[in-house]
Amino acid sequence: MAIELTVNGKPVSIEAEPDTPLLWAIRENLALTGTKFGCGVAACGACSVHVNGEITRSCSVPVSEVAGKSVTTIEGLKAADGTLHKVQQAWIELQVPQCGYCQSGQIMAAVALINQSGSPSDAQIDEAMTNICRCGTYPRIRKAIHAATGKAAASVLGDA
Amino acid sequence: MMADNPNPDFEEATEAAPRKKGFKRRAFLIGGIAVVGGGLFGISIADSNAAKTAASLTQGKGEHLFATWLKIADDDSITIYSPHTDIGQGSNTGLAQMLAEELDAAWEKVKLVSAPAESAFANTGLGRGFLGEISGYPGVINGIPQSFLSFLARSMNLQITGGSTALRFTGQVTFQRVGAAVRLALIDVAAKRLGVQPSELMTADSRVIHAKSGKSLRYGELASEAATLSLDNEPKLKDPKNYKLMRSSVPRLDLPAKVDGSAQYGMDFTVPNIRVATIMAAPVRGGKLTSVDDAPAIAVKGVEKVIKLDNAVAVVGKGYWAALSGLRALTPQFSDGGNGGFSTASIFKAYDDRIAKGEPDGEAGEGDVLAALGAKPVEAKYQVPFLHHAMMEPFALTAHHKDGKLDIWGGMQDPLASKMKAVEVSGLDADAVTFHPMLIGGSFGRRLPMYMEIVEQVTKLAMQLPYPVKLIWSREEEVAQGAYRPQSAARLRGQVGSDGKIAAYLNDYAQTESAEAETTFIYDLPVVARRNYDYASNQITGAWRSVNSTQQGFYNESFIDELAHAAKVDPVEFRRRHLKPGSRHLAVLDEVAKRSGWGTPTAEGVGRGVAIVESFKTIVAHVIEARLKADGSPKVLKVTTVVDAGSIVNPDAAAAQIEGGTIMGLSSAIGEAITIEKGAVQQTNLTDYSILQLADAPMQHDIHFLNSGAPMGGIGEPGVPPAAPALANALFAATGKRVRQLPILTQAKA
Repeated sequence: MAIELTVNGKPVSIEAEPDTPLLWAIRENLALTGTKFGCGVAACGACSVHVNGEITRSCSVPVSEVAGKSVTTIEGLKAADGTLHKVQQAWIELQVPQCGYCQSGQIMAAVALINQSGSPSDAQIDEAMTNICRCGTYPRIRKAIHAATGKAAASVLGDA
Repeated sequence: MMADNPNPDFEEATEAAPRKKGFKRRAFLIGGIAVVGGGLFGISIADSNAAKTAASLTQGKGEHLFATWLKIADDDSITIYSPHTDIGQGSNTGLAQMLAEELDAAWEKVKLVSAPAESAFANTGLGRGFLGEISGYPGVINGIPQSFLSFLARSMNLQITGGSTALRFTGQVTFQRVGAAVRLALIDVAAKRLGVQPSELMTADSRVIHAKSGKSLRYGELASEAATLSLDNEPKLKDPKNYKLMRSSVPRLDLPAKVDGSAQYGMDFTVPNIRVATIMAAPVRGGKLTSVDDAPAIAVKGVEKVIKLDNAVAVVGKGYWAALSGLRALTPQFSDGGNGGFSTASIFKAYDDRIAKGEPDGEAGEGDVLAALGAKPVEAKYQVPFLHHAMMEPFALTAHHKDGKLDIWGGMQDPLASKMKAVEVSGLDADAVTFHPMLIGGSFGRRLPMYMEIVEQVTKLAMQLPYPVKLIWSREEEVAQGAYRPQSAARLRGQVGSDGKIAAYLNDYAQTESAEAETTFIYDLPVVARRNYDYASNQITGAWRSVNSTQQGFYNESFIDELAHAAKVDPVEFRRRHLKPGSRHLAVLDEVAKRSGWGTPTAEGVGRGVAIVESFKTIVAHVIEARLKADGSPKVLKVTTVVDAGSIVNPDAAAAQIEGGTIMGLSSAIGEAITIEKGAVQQTNLTDYSILQLADAPMQHDIHFLNSGAPMGGIGEPGVPPAAPALANALFAATGKRVRQLPILTQAKA
């Protein structure tokens, strides 16, 4: 069946079984592959997108439930002129990614957190940032969130 | 006890190699040093076939290939072909820094791409093409056991990344020299054109400059002629004090594409008309598929085919969801291959029995340890579980068999060996098979060529399908079918003399095989023995970031702490007594003690623990401050780390590896375990395989590099091993309770 929704500001119609997870509709129907498959059970957060501005693990939401809603993926974060979102900029400035596979989800989670709380505290970051990164980039993620909100981060790195 | 052949895939994967104990994990260490082999084994440099093949694969109009690995275009753009797979560690940026440094290339015009998975680009290819007559780099070759080198001579078809080898071997031996030699060739051409002596010329920012006349020539103008010259095999390298790119934290080349979703991993590959498959192999390793009724899967909308393999069933559909829904609709029956008796408990029991019997399979060390231990040694038993790699990108390879040719796209740690595996499975000629390397979403050893079931599976699927097929492993499959860090146990015994020093030390450990090749025992003891007792279950044990150094680091650094406690001596002071004066180890230990404030008071309930481990020729010491939370789980407050890797190419990227390695070590120590029951893995997904999250990562991590100038060590792995023992020692200092079984959380709950 055809499911109508808005993705990155554009109306789209997705032809898919209603129980297809939003993740696979995004990746396979819309060919937006920045949103990643990690676990399929909402445990790792690699598939995180925004649905009506709320952080959502898209592997565990049927596409039919998203009908009529507005979805933002990692590809939709850049400004129209191609300028990276301040969180993406901070991610480069702090050299956060290693393998990079989880980072779309981490960035989407960080953007949602900042949209919600402005300038999150360490405790708010601890609570919100539950996405798994196997490379262990957590200290830099924390630092980059602070950098993106103009906060001087506590020293995470030494004098390396 | 062991089934005849618990994993036929594995046996096939290693058939070209000697069936020797310890082979499978050692093999991966040699990938990066294949370049050394060019000289050592006298391979001819005159083989122009490899050079021709390389050129045909890479050279476009106005582009000029040098020594296989470097291309300079008329417009000054520079392309470097890496034979390594950057699995996230930033090694490709480091390799580019090394080559560009010696070339004096303008960094902003340098890009780095994966070398094609063709034998012209095997790490030996450059032996033929360029480095053939170079021999003898003692700093690099020292520490590589002869067995690796002789293996090398027989296995030149490799493109492996692993063993923390990229920069220290490929980088130092090859890429710096390629850069330096091409620079000399460019100078020669410029000298001729300008009518001056080469000695009057200098280079900077991709130009050859004649300072006296103010004239200069772009590399792009010189490249086509320079590419016809034969290169100097022994170019003089720069004095490190003149480095501009090396030893500086240049931003990684690969990160922009990793923050905007544009980076294409194997999982992301697509072509028109593609189908997606997913698979379930026998839950008990070694089992076979005995029966399955296709109908329930075929009834699922979007499912096109059910394919039975010897030990697995695959469902092919229009997309992943259809394939997965189809697979879940099936009730396949599998045999257990006679392996149903294996369990975590049965394996530990077998380990205990072997150690108690006292007939080791191998022994290293010196002195008569049993005599020196005396009647009442300090004694402790340690146990650690199988560990899963949990790379964030599950396996995903696409294969297409069309018109007698087979193409495969995806990320493996050895693209060339992956190709050769597909050649073997498909029965096609090597010329008909192409492996297209793609970005890898983590690996940590899982994608090494010894465990390439996925290559075999996708090849078999593609050979019977008329369209391209992407095989994706579900996370459930990924967790159940791992190539785990071995479950392992050790009985340690030690005797401290009246002088407060260790008189005898015995490490009896049991696991799949000897750990001796990948671990370094750093203490200088009069009587010491490490004895391995080998025992294999039906599980595949593999290389897990830092290989055997995780469990051996945990055993030795915990037990040294126990001996210090028995001797009533401070743990740092106790270690100092057993490290050689003037040694790098002592320098690292003293520095970490100083920087961590060792000996100063800690807050109530907080303990401080130290551990120092050498792995892959790099020495890492952590001091960890930790406490127990109310639920009994540990909280790491602060880590202080001192690293001596000899020298560092990119300090910030190296620090990222140490941070990440430390967290992986802590994660495994705190919560990770693969357990076995009735021959099958009990964990199902990342819900019950518990990986550390951000909130439990250290809030503060101070990292300091001691650049001792020793031969360059690895950096991707050595941060891992000292993490678990430093945490365990900190918890002992905080609570008086010794952690002897990992993970800590299981013990806390027990």
